[in-house]
This record gives sequence, C-alpha cells and structure tokens, in this order.
Amino acid sequence: MNPRYLPLLATIAIFILAYALCYSQYPNMLSTRVVGNLLTDNAYLGIAAIGMTFVILTGGIDLSIGSVIAFTGVFIAVLLANTSMHPLSVFALALLISTCFGALMGGIIHTLEMPPFIVTLAGMFLARGMAFVLSTESIPITHDFYDTLQDVFFRVPGKGRLTLIGIIMIVTVIVGVVLAHRTRFGSYVYALGGGLPAAKLMGVPVARTTVCVYALSGFMAGLSGIVFSMYTSAGYSLAAVGVELDAIAAVVIGGTLLTGGSGFMIGTLIGVLIMGLIQTYIIFDGTLSSWWTKIVIGGLLFTFILLQRGLVWVTSRARI
Amino acid sequence: MISILEENMFLKLTLAGAALLASVALPATAVNAQTIGFSQIGSESGWRAAETTLTRQQAKDRGIDLKFADAQQKQENQIKALRSFIAQGVDAILLAPVVATGWDQVLEEAKEAEIPVILLDRTVDAPDSLYMTAVTSDLVHEGRVAGEWLAAEVAGKDCKIVELQGTTGSSPAIDRKNGFEQGIADHSNLSIIRSQTGDFTRTKGKEVMESFLKAENGGKDICALYAHNDDMAVGAIQAIKEAGLKPGSDILVVSIDAVPDIFLAMAAGEANATVELTPNMAGPAFDVLEAFAKDGTLPPKWIQTESRLYTAADDPMAVYELKKSLGY
Repeated sequence: MNPRYLPLLATIAIFILAYALCYSQYPNMLSTRVVGNLLTDNAYLGIAAIGMTFVILTGGIDLSIGSVIAFTGVFIAVLLANTSMHPLSVFALALLISTCFGALMGGIIHTLEMPPFIVTLAGMFLARGMAFVLSTESIPITHDFYDTLQDVFFRVPGKGRLTLIGIIMIVTVIVGVVLAHRTRFGSYVYALGGGLPAAKLMGVPVARTTVCVYALSGFMAGLSGIVFSMYTSAGYSLAAVGVELDAIAAVVIGGTLLTGGSGFMIGTLIGVLIMGLIQTYIIFDGTLSSWWTKIVIGGLLFTFILLQRGLVWVTSRARI
Repeated sequence: MISILEENMFLKLTLAGAALLASVALPATAVNAQTIGFSQIGSESGWRAAETTLTRQQAKDRGIDLKFADAQQKQENQIKALRSFIAQGVDAILLAPVVATGWDQVLEEAKEAEIPVILLDRTVDAPDSLYMTAVTSDLVHEGRVAGEWLAAEVAGKDCKIVELQGTTGSSPAIDRKNGFEQGIADHSNLSIIRSQTGDFTRTKGKEVMESFLKAENGGKDICALYAHNDDMAVGAIQAIKEAGLKPGSDILVVSIDAVPDIFLAMAAGEANATVELTPNMAGPAFDVLEAFAKDGTLPPKWIQTESRLYTAADDPMAVYELKKSLGY
C-alpha cells in the first residue's frame, strides 16, 4: 500500500473509534440530529479548511481566513442594512473582494518571495481592521431572503436536519476533491508542494498557481463568511477569531503534510468532524471544562506531526 | 433505526421527569429530577465566575443534573452547545447570550423540540415567543435603590454629590445614572454637582475622584460619592484617603455591584452602602422551571432579580468571606 494513504487511514480510524466511544457512553450521539448538527455547526470551518488544504498542499499557509470571514460577515451586514441591494449581489461582491484579497496576497508572496506566514499575517490584521472600521458592533441581518435561506433544510428521519449551509460544505468538499485530483490545477498544487525546483523543472506555472491557490483560499474564506453570516444572522467584527488556526489543525489532523505535497480533501473534512465531535462530547458530558477541546486537539496534532515525521523517515529509508 | 428508537425512548423518559442519567446520579429526595443545559458566555469577570458557581450550587441543591458549557466568549460555541443540548434531549436550557443578535434559528429549533429556554442576565433580539422568560437585573432600579438610600441617610441635610459614571454610552452607565437621579428627585437638599466617567475601572475611578477633590475645595464641599460600580468606588476611596479625608464619614460612599472588595472597605468603615447585582440568576430560573414542570405555569416574559442593599449593618466581613468562596 502507498504510505501516502497512511495518515488518511489513521484519521478515519480515529474518527470511527472516537465516535464509537462517544456512542457507547451517550447513545444519543448516533442520532441524525447530532450528525446534522456536526455538518451545520462546522460548515464555516469546513469550507475555510478546504481552502486552507490547497494552500498547505503547496507548502504555504494562510493566516488571514478568520479575519476574512469576519470582514465578509460585517460587509454583508452593513450593505444589507444600508442599501437596498439583494443579498445575492452582495454575496457576489463579497466573494469578489475576498478572492481579490487572496490573489493579492498570493501575488505578493510570489513576486517579493516573502514567506506566506508574514504576508498572510499582514492580511489577517488588515481584514480584521477593515471589519472594525465598518462596525465595532454586531449588526443583525434581518433580510427576508436570509429567513428563506435559513428555512431551507431537509428533515432526516430521527429529527435531524440537513441544512443549506451543511449542504454547501459538502458541495465544497466535493468540488475540492475534483479540483485537487481531477484537474491540471490540482496536479500543479501537489507538484508545487513537492518542491519548487522540481516543480519548475516539470513546467509548473509557479506564479499563476501561487496566485490562484491564495485566491482560492480567499474565495473559500469569503464563502465561509457568507455561511457564517447565515449561521448567526449577524455580522460581527469579533467573530471567527482564531478560525485560521482551527482550520490548520483540521488540515493536519486530516492527514495533510504541513510541508506540502501530500494530503486529501476528505481527510480535512474528517479532521473538521473530529474537532466537532470532541466539542459535542464535552457538551454532552456537561461537567468537563470546554477547554478540554483544545487540549485533545493539541494532543491529536502532536500525534499527527509525529506520525508524519515517522512516515517521512520510513519512506526515505525504503528508498535507500 | 436504532437512533430513532433511542431518541424516542429518551424523550419519553425525560417527559416522565426521570431522565436516566439524572436518576442514577441523584439522591432519592429529588422528586422532579431534571437535566438542564447551561450555556455560559465564559469566565471573563469575577461576577460571571460567581454566577457559574452559584448556578452549579443551585442545581446541586435542587437535584438537577446540570450540563455546563463554557463558550469562551464565542457565539458559535454557544449555538453549538444549544444544538447539542437539543440533540441530547435536555429538559430545559439556560442561556447567557454573548451577543444579542443571531439566535432566532437555534431558538426555533429548541421550541420545535419543546425545550424551554430561559435567558440569564442579558436579553436577545428575537421574538419573545422563542424563549420562556428572561431573568435579568433592572439597572435603573439599582440606581434608584442607591439614590433612595442616600436620601434617607442624610435625612434632610444639604448634600452635594459627585458621581463616577460607567463607560460612556454603555447601558449600565445610562440606566444607573437615570435611576439614581430618580431616587433623589424628590429631595431638593440633594444635588449632583459633578459627574464624570471613570470607565468602570479602579484606576480611572481614583484619577477622576482626585480631580473632583481638587475642584471642590479639597473635597470639603463634597458630602457623598455615588459610583456606578464598586471598582470605581474602591479607587475613589483611595483618592479620598490620600487627600486627608475620611471616606465613609467625611464623604459618604455608595456604589453598585456588591463585589467582595467593597465589603472589605465597608468593614473598615470606608464605604457605606452597595446595591447587589446578584450573581444568582439561575435560582429564579430554576423556580420557574419547577413551577412549569409541576402544573404548566408560564412565567412573565421578564423576571427582575432582587437588587439588595448592603450596608455596614450587614456584617460585611461575613458577606466578604461568602462572596470570596463564589469565585469572584
């Protein structure tokens, strides 16, 4: 078997094991309601994490997404409150802005040969600052169209709900899978993560791919912001603080190599679900401090980093 | 299929008022054992920590199985917690909302699942059909209690008051100011001569008090200080002492909140009165739920908590010890 699949298999095994443990203690955990909640409550994180997976596959990082989510939310709320624009056109505008923002960061990273860490850190402050300039208060969104969107859900037997935002996340994952494994762009992304010199030799258009990958991450963050605004019916400049770090954690737990070149979109989805599962378990228990979520995720991250190191070591030895 | 059966069974059990989880863990004395979820904002202030401690105590005393979820200041965590409570089939949910907006959807889900939601300490921008009731304090009333106490204390003598306001524009600052003015409105012998913001902080309270003292003849013309919270009062007491005056006798000190430190000052005779913003918001909420479980009594949409006045006559040291143990 290809050792590339090992981290993904480990992720899936952990997810199934964790779910079984939860189920043995709280049978209600296996209800369609909890499954529906997992998809709905983590939709914004899942969407952002898919964008982040592409960035990390190239060996980069995007720290701006949490701020872009907050900015998008506030931007939408302000426009809907002060103009008569239709939400759909506001969405289009928000996506355009966030995509351009990402592309701009990608452009700077490539042309100035700056570390993505620094450039996207600047982007993080910039977007958060812009959100605060628009409004420091939480602005409610009361548009009728939002009510319509929120009422779009399918009832699943067992009182579960598959909501629109849950569906958007699933569609995003599918698009991510197709984009990564079935398109030229996807192969460029993996090649870039495998090493810049090799990618250049293979004829990968490095500039275009870098710009595109950050633009894609910006687009996903914008989409995540739209989903978040539907989730909370409000735009708040303090929202989604630290979501970029949750997304990175989900990507790594999902089995993607932080150095790039290896990983799967499905893994990221499961990574997100594992994090959601831990949170749900702690709430079901009701006596544990909610900070245990962070501790468990920290532990999982360490495990996966060790696993990745181990794999690199094993494969390099196998080659000799 | 299994899951549906499980859920139905669970619902039936909870409806019968004897959820499996609760009944195992509880003493036999608890008649209406309930499982109640509590979504708390976080533990950003001493008051909130005390609210959490008291909620836990209250739940324990009443034999309630409390599911506690700390949202770490994030609304998304609170929504997740509420959804998990619903999925779990709790009997009721207590919610201290971190922001006012964005609750309609999840509250509708709770309503659909016939789980009553009670808001604690803050309210939300949602139709009041979506929650059972809101337990909050009346900020105007707190100010009025403070004003009435002062009017009774000086008993007809002329009294010039300086006021330390909370953060400009914040609702506690506006309401506590209005309430106090209402409290002294019928007494022409009382007048507020200076009023300025001390931002609810100790350091700012001290600074502003120093400027008041300088401006009013070294403080000799000031008869009383009204501070919108205890922290500012504690800072101001320091300033009064540094100016060579005796707080508590030369200048009367009345404030609001009833945090432990003001009781220390009261025990030392340096503060005179404080109006409590009670951290026991859960007590009235549990009462309401008990009444509802018993015969379906629906409470009014707003329950005002008691704004108790504490003075030196209330054994401040004992109150201090008690409050300290709540995690302030």
